[in-house]
Amino acid sequence: MTLLQTHLSTDPAAPLARRNPVAKLAAALLPSLVLLVSVDPVSSGLLLAAWLVSVPAWGVGWPGLLRRLWPLGLALVMVALGNAVFTDRKGGATLLEAGPLLLTAESLATGLTAGLRVAAIALPGVLAILTIDPVDLADALVQHLRVPARFAYGSLAAFRLAPLLAAEWEVLGRARRARGLGGDRNPARALAVLGGRLFALLVGAVRRGTQLAVAMDARGFAASAHRTSARRQTFTRADVALIAGSVLLTALAVTTAVATGAWSPLLS
Amino acid sequence: MSEQATVPARRHRWRTVDIVVASVLGVTFGVLFAVWNNVVYATVSAPLSGSPAQPVIAGVWLIPAVVGGLVIRKAGAALYTEVIAATVSMFFGSAWGMSVFMSGVWQGLGAELVFALLLYRRWGLVAAVLAGGGAGLAMGVYEVVVYVSTYAADWKLVYVLSAVATGLVLAGGLGWLLVRALARTGALAPFAAGRAQSEI
Amino acid sequence: MTGSADGSGGARGVAVRLRGFGWRYAGRKAWACRGVDLDLEPGERVLLVGPSGAGKSTLLRAVAGLLDPETAAEHEGSVLVDGVPAAAARDRVGMLLQDPESSLVMSRSGDDVAFGLENLGVPPEHIWPRVDAAFAQVGFPYDRDRPTAALSGGEQQRLALAGALVRRPSVLVLDEPTANLDPAGTATVLGAVSSALAGGSGAGTTLLMVEHRVDVAAGLVDRVVVLEPGGGVADDGPPAEVFGRRGAALAAAGVWVPAPWGPPAPPFTSGPGGDVLLTARDLSLTYPRARRPALSSAWLSVRRGTAVAVTGTNGSGKSTLAMLLAGLLPPDTGEVLLDGADRPLHRWRPRDLCRRVGTVFQDPEHQFVARTARDELLVGPRRAGVAAGEAAARADELLERLRLTRLAGANPFTLSGGEKRRLSVAAMLATAPDLLVMDEPTFGQDARTWAELLNLCVGLRAAGTAIVAVTHDEAFADALADERVTVAGGVLAADARVRS
Repeated sequence: MTLLQTHLSTDPAAPLARRNPVAKLAAALLPSLVLLVSVDPVSSGLLLAAWLVSVPAWGVGWPGLLRRLWPLGLALVMVALGNAVFTDRKGGATLLEAGPLLLTAESLATGLTAGLRVAAIALPGVLAILTIDPVDLADALVQHLRVPARFAYGSLAAFRLAPLLAAEWEVLGRARRARGLGGDRNPARALAVLGGRLFALLVGAVRRGTQLAVAMDARGFAASAHRTSARRQTFTRADVALIAGSVLLTALAVTTAVATGAWSPLLS
Repeated sequence: MSEQATVPARRHRWRTVDIVVASVLGVTFGVLFAVWNNVVYATVSAPLSGSPAQPVIAGVWLIPAVVGGLVIRKAGAALYTEVIAATVSMFFGSAWGMSVFMSGVWQGLGAELVFALLLYRRWGLVAAVLAGGGAGLAMGVYEVVVYVSTYAADWKLVYVLSAVATGLVLAGGLGWLLVRALARTGALAPFAAGRAQSEI
Repeated sequence: MTGSADGSGGARGVAVRLRGFGWRYAGRKAWACRGVDLDLEPGERVLLVGPSGAGKSTLLRAVAGLLDPETAAEHEGSVLVDGVPAAAARDRVGMLLQDPESSLVMSRSGDDVAFGLENLGVPPEHIWPRVDAAFAQVGFPYDRDRPTAALSGGEQQRLALAGALVRRPSVLVLDEPTANLDPAGTATVLGAVSSALAGGSGAGTTLLMVEHRVDVAAGLVDRVVVLEPGGGVADDGPPAEVFGRRGAALAAAGVWVPAPWGPPAPPFTSGPGGDVLLTARDLSLTYPRARRPALSSAWLSVRRGTAVAVTGTNGSGKSTLAMLLAGLLPPDTGEVLLDGADRPLHRWRPRDLCRRVGTVFQDPEHQFVARTARDELLVGPRRAGVAAGEAAARADELLERLRLTRLAGANPFTLSGGEKRRLSVAAMLATAPDLLVMDEPTFGQDARTWAELLNLCVGLRAAGTAIVAVTHDEAFADALADERVTVAGGVLAADARVRS
């Protein structure tokens, strides 16, 4: 379990954490989709700021959030640098020139915008997912979005195996050591050992999945034409308000970007 | 693992075992992706992100689509497996939020489209490699839009082409080898993909 | 539909009839079972016994209507539950499988039991009262919100039983429900089955079970049916008569036959003894995010030519101790030293470790790394730098000794349970280690493999090998152990501590 970050504590009573999972996902997905259209600092910046302000309302603590986000932070820097180097907008003062590498004021600004946009696309989903219980999600998907129950609960049952698989991964590592494998300096050999370990994990996973399917069918899963649900998910006005708020914010950010002339669609 | 598989009578109906094993494959890869995100990423992947070489190792993300398609052999299996893998990695600590989910959808669709064009009748090496390539193309185009949106046009092309290449080789080739090895263990007995050509 | 939606009405047992039933899986030459004629009357309690490969599990799945014709190369005959083909009568049959971890569906206990009612289409307002009743029926000690992952194996299996009973099945089918449990878990699960069928809504349920711990299961049934590989029903009658008639033959085929009909338990033989080989000093380990240590301040020494049995309940820390003694886990404090070396065992390079210490894992599949059984036996020696010719000779000798020669070219994952176990032990013996650490080596094995493992250990010990066996198999420990160590709550029993 050490490798899976499952223990981030959140406050389930926080106003946004309590919302219906479908509402959360919709509210998070919408701005991310709209941001795909344009690359500009205004819409990305405004939306990122709005979501950052909302963090306390999700019941997520800053330290925990930052711990989860560090790979993103690292990648943002690289995305910004990469875009700055490989863009063809190389106007403005030259900041760095080393062989084919050219960094100018304009290219750096371009890179920073690209990084800002990736952050704005990623953050809403991180907040939503952190506060969603998988069981609630499956219930909500079936009850509100009419996702077929067999797929929703089939995947939920498989999801329950994730911690077991993580534990099995550790055991497989020990088993390889006992066989005299591992600890190689030769990367090709190390990769082969890792591949074998992954393969053994997959074999075990498929076997477990097959057994789980039998156990589920033994409890009438295959033939459940008129399935009922023991847990009721509610979709309240507050959930509608969350989605409406997200729509409004997104519209506001786009309007401002267009009004300031920053809006620049990718396909134009 | 014959190129031309016999067409089962109820090709499109998913049995419980199809749903659950596709899910479990997705979950297993999702767990590995989460491990990758939290452990390996900083050393291997992050330094490359934003460079045109980034997609080269990103082919790993596409393996669930190919493996799911080859094992389950049902319409939607590639897409479903990839989306589950993406969703699970999201739950277990991905910093990428909904972007991961969207990636999963596009990548899955890329592989799914290839299997569909082959009328869900071909499940051999060629189909696997093409499906990997399809997923790679989808990944490349999506990432150009999201991550390297301000690249010069020819660098964007390099980015997409390296995504296709990694899809063909890493996802397609490796995915096919993985399914063949899985079939040899007998674990795929409930599936057409696992029925050995010679009886034991 | 027996599980009526309004919550009224108990189950009644129904008849099960098999006529000329046979099933051959795709990809297999041999029939899993064939020519089975069997009648179960309503309310009868039947134990199915037979050597491994007799098709017991296949037959149970057939009765539960869970065999998928798509996976069969051919099948024949009929299986009727209350006059209806079994596949159409799934809602009348409840089934319990071997591994509860792979049968639970939901992450909260109450949701898991409710799952089977949701599938039946029971209205939500009737679901929770029935869930609570099922909890009571199996003696489930927690509330509905208890995470299924926090349950012990025995509790998980009782929960799974509640999940089957809540649907008010007319037939209850149990497929080795205690195979993965320690003795305490076994007792509670079989106790729950027994009391659930004794009265209330469970009374009159037809019971069909496979259980390799025949001694504990025999008390639950009034009829024993013997299945022969490929030969249908070989014998049938009350337990005392069947075991009286065929006890010796069944035992020879690997079936666990209960006393007084089975062979006597093997007597204890002691090892030759020798110098101290391994010393463990002050070992402690707390897993990340765990609340209490898995093992605290354990001291132990193991001598050559002796066998140490480590016992304790599931979760007591005995497996952790085994992993630490084998140098496979780094301890938080303390160290394990082998044969005077000053480098603690967990710091050894894998290739050095495998020459001196062999570890047999609970699940043999975890250890397989090669494509064929014979290649498995060459991996260790190759890593340890043994000459190819010598390694090959040793591999062939081990294959012969463990009856695996016929399977030398087979993929390890395709072997039967007993074959996998023998191969995983052989793979460890290939490097001729001085210490063999085994984690539940007899787990789920039939009587024949069990006896072979015991003899093998006795032979190795006589040649000077030290053996540490973590086990909840009392008979195995009784027959083999020169020393006994008990672990409870991460602490070694005081009398077993060896201070140095």
